[in-house]
Amino acid sequence: MSRLIVGPFNRVEGDLEVRLDVADGRVASAEVVSPMYRGFEQMLVGRPAMDALVVVPRICGICSVSQSVAAARALAAAAGVTPPPNGVHTTNLMLGTENAADHLSHFYLFFMPDFTRPAYAARPWFAEAERRFAALAGVQARKALAARQRWFELLGTLGGKWPHTQSIQPGGSSRAIEAAERLRLLARVREFRAFLEQELVGAPLEELLALHDEAALERWRAAAPGRGDLRLWLDIAADLGLATLGPGPGRLLGYGGFVQPDGGHAFPPGVWEDGRIVPLDLATITEDATHAWLADAPEGALHPSVGLTRPDADKPGGYTWNKAPRLAGRVVETGALARQLLAGQPLVTDFVARHGCGVAARVLARLVELARLPGLMEQALAAIVPREPFHVATRLPDEAEGCGLTEAARGALGHWLRLERGRIASWQIVAPTSWNFSPRDAAGVPGALEAALVGAPVSAGETTPVAVQHVVRSFDPCMVCTVH
Amino acid sequence: MNAPLDVLWLQSGGCGGCSMSLLCADTPDFPALLADAGLRLLWHPSLSRASGDEVTALLDEIANGRRPLDVLVVEGALLRGPNGSGRFHLLAGTGVPMISWVRRLAAQARHVVAVGSCAAWGGVTAGGANPTEACGLQYEDELAGGLLGAGFRAAGGLPVVNIAGCPTHPGWVLETLMALADGSLAAADLDALQRPRFYADQLVHHGCTRNEYYEFKASAERPSDLGCMMEHLGCKGTQAHADCNTRLWNGEGSCTRGGYACISCTEPGFQEPGHAFDSTPKLAGIPIGLPTDMPKAWFVALSSLAKSATPRRVKQNAVADHVVVPPAIRRTRK
Repeated sequence: MSRLIVGPFNRVEGDLEVRLDVADGRVASAEVVSPMYRGFEQMLVGRPAMDALVVVPRICGICSVSQSVAAARALAAAAGVTPPPNGVHTTNLMLGTENAADHLSHFYLFFMPDFTRPAYAARPWFAEAERRFAALAGVQARKALAARQRWFELLGTLGGKWPHTQSIQPGGSSRAIEAAERLRLLARVREFRAFLEQELVGAPLEELLALHDEAALERWRAAAPGRGDLRLWLDIAADLGLATLGPGPGRLLGYGGFVQPDGGHAFPPGVWEDGRIVPLDLATITEDATHAWLADAPEGALHPSVGLTRPDADKPGGYTWNKAPRLAGRVVETGALARQLLAGQPLVTDFVARHGCGVAARVLARLVELARLPGLMEQALAAIVPREPFHVATRLPDEAEGCGLTEAARGALGHWLRLERGRIASWQIVAPTSWNFSPRDAAGVPGALEAALVGAPVSAGETTPVAVQHVVRSFDPCMVCTVH
Repeated sequence: MNAPLDVLWLQSGGCGGCSMSLLCADTPDFPALLADAGLRLLWHPSLSRASGDEVTALLDEIANGRRPLDVLVVEGALLRGPNGSGRFHLLAGTGVPMISWVRRLAAQARHVVAVGSCAAWGGVTAGGANPTEACGLQYEDELAGGLLGAGFRAAGGLPVVNIAGCPTHPGWVLETLMALADGSLAAADLDALQRPRFYADQLVHHGCTRNEYYEFKASAERPSDLGCMMEHLGCKGTQAHADCNTRLWNGEGSCTRGGYACISCTEPGFQEPGHAFDSTPKLAGIPIGLPTDMPKAWFVALSSLAKSATPRRVKQNAVADHVVVPPAIRRTRK
């Protein structure tokens, strides 16, 4: 048995260290360490409630809109307000823009550069992967960066700026969209659709979304080898066996994405468990601080509505700033894979039925979701009625509780707040990567990534094993959200 | 053409948003923009392939003086806690506090640049009771000092260059680095808080699309109203140093264009304004934070005059989310 400490683990958002015990050329056990703490849950306490709309997005520079939405929904729940339909659609457009940009950045900038490592120099696809995806040099990575820049101009109109947009309010959006702006936004969504069709998919998005199972996907891949970056990735994934690498717990959580004015969701909430979908019971969420550098509550694991965050850097047994969230005491995974399984997306469902929830399933689900987003955003733009209200006034009671849920690109994000005497008395955040990158709990059960890393191959002499990098990055972690 | 400037970019107590914002730079080819400007990213945590020991080897080489470094960029606040130990941020894979790495690397760098208000002053990370003992590279809020000390000068002669903002506009960052690359950034190009004057000598108010409402003190009362946000909604655009309304964000945006108040995020201490961000503190009905350079008596006099002269169009549109009274059409020929 040998020990590897891997870090700085980059091309993830924030700071990450992974400690590995390696035996017989495979990872035998893993500890996932979030080595940075900022204390947002502490600094929110005592502030006027609406200050959270300024502070909370600044938890994260990659999914600040998602943080905004969760905070606004928690405040809306406390106030008992419901945004008008235009406010709902505008919020969806902002979330959709950020989620799509995150998926795009993840694929082109964070995930694919690992396939340009010298370890793969002998593979048949290596030269093409390097040409397309080399860090800060690959032709496709550069095109994706340019598309991303144009794409974020949507948020210049919808939310003033990105990141740290503050237009998302409990009562809707502070930025009403005019008739001509709606058309201009539509043109931008179509431009992004064209990028995805020409460069990523190499075909109309509907062609990809019509593939109902893995066999159809394979025929589609073989019909035009190398056309579009998705097909090249499928070639690489098949060659390296990424479908079975890094399996998750097989239990996936979603809070529901693209909320509609009638309360429905384009991506429904729930828990997916070995092929079955069961309802989500929010009351069974707990956070356990046993292995975090945070003081334990006498009662043990706590529901976030009564959660505590008290740093204790010297705590015996602590190895990360992340708490261990559990659902009914069990480890769950969250992300695009959860959303697409809960939505019953046929290709993703079939792929998971055959191979389980591994590296390839996570990336495939993310790309399928990316392909679905332009259509959803076109629908949201069509539903906006200029000159109808985008916002209703919000009056917060002095004493209240609220919970705000949303889907960030990386998965289920929840905020739980309590107001006393008009000020924030408690604000607890459980981020997607808190679920995925959780440490062990009181029972010693490892978190989703910790378990997924077990069995990953480590070649002789590897100090930053490339398979480990694929597994870690397949979750698209956001560490600054995790420990906030 | 000078040799390219080697830039090492580190992140500490922040959100990564300044890096993400940088990638929104207005260009069809970001890597070409850097190369053409004479900038070479030695390592950036989001953008570089090198991971793990490849990176620690590079940092060791620089910290030990075996490899020269032109620019050390730090994004995010420096976390000195708990109790001065720096353990709130250990650089992954090293077990060593980031503040120790930054001190050693800054001592070797020709220029040191703070990207974002966290790295400049402590920023939002130093909010509330500042649980992590966060500070900036050379400031703690408006007090000189910070991690490196008030007397710190990089080898090139400049103090830490504070590109403040939460987040930073990509133009502010790129133009500062480009000026360092071509040797054109001198001490006189920095303001009293060491911010590049090309953007800090402006006010957010300049170019604000709500200026007509401001002139008439026709004020927004709720989010999504079109009126001026200074009187009721906490807007500090008349006091905040930045060019956000003349150099737009993401194509056509700014905070005020997005319908929310300027919170003065380029200024030290903005994270703890002493009042709710979304409301304007007043004394006897007069906002406390008056426009920079404006005598209070004049402000009061002009405001009351302006209010009495406000056209019906401006007054009504100020409290609506779209134009309800369009400007009158005047015949141009008699």
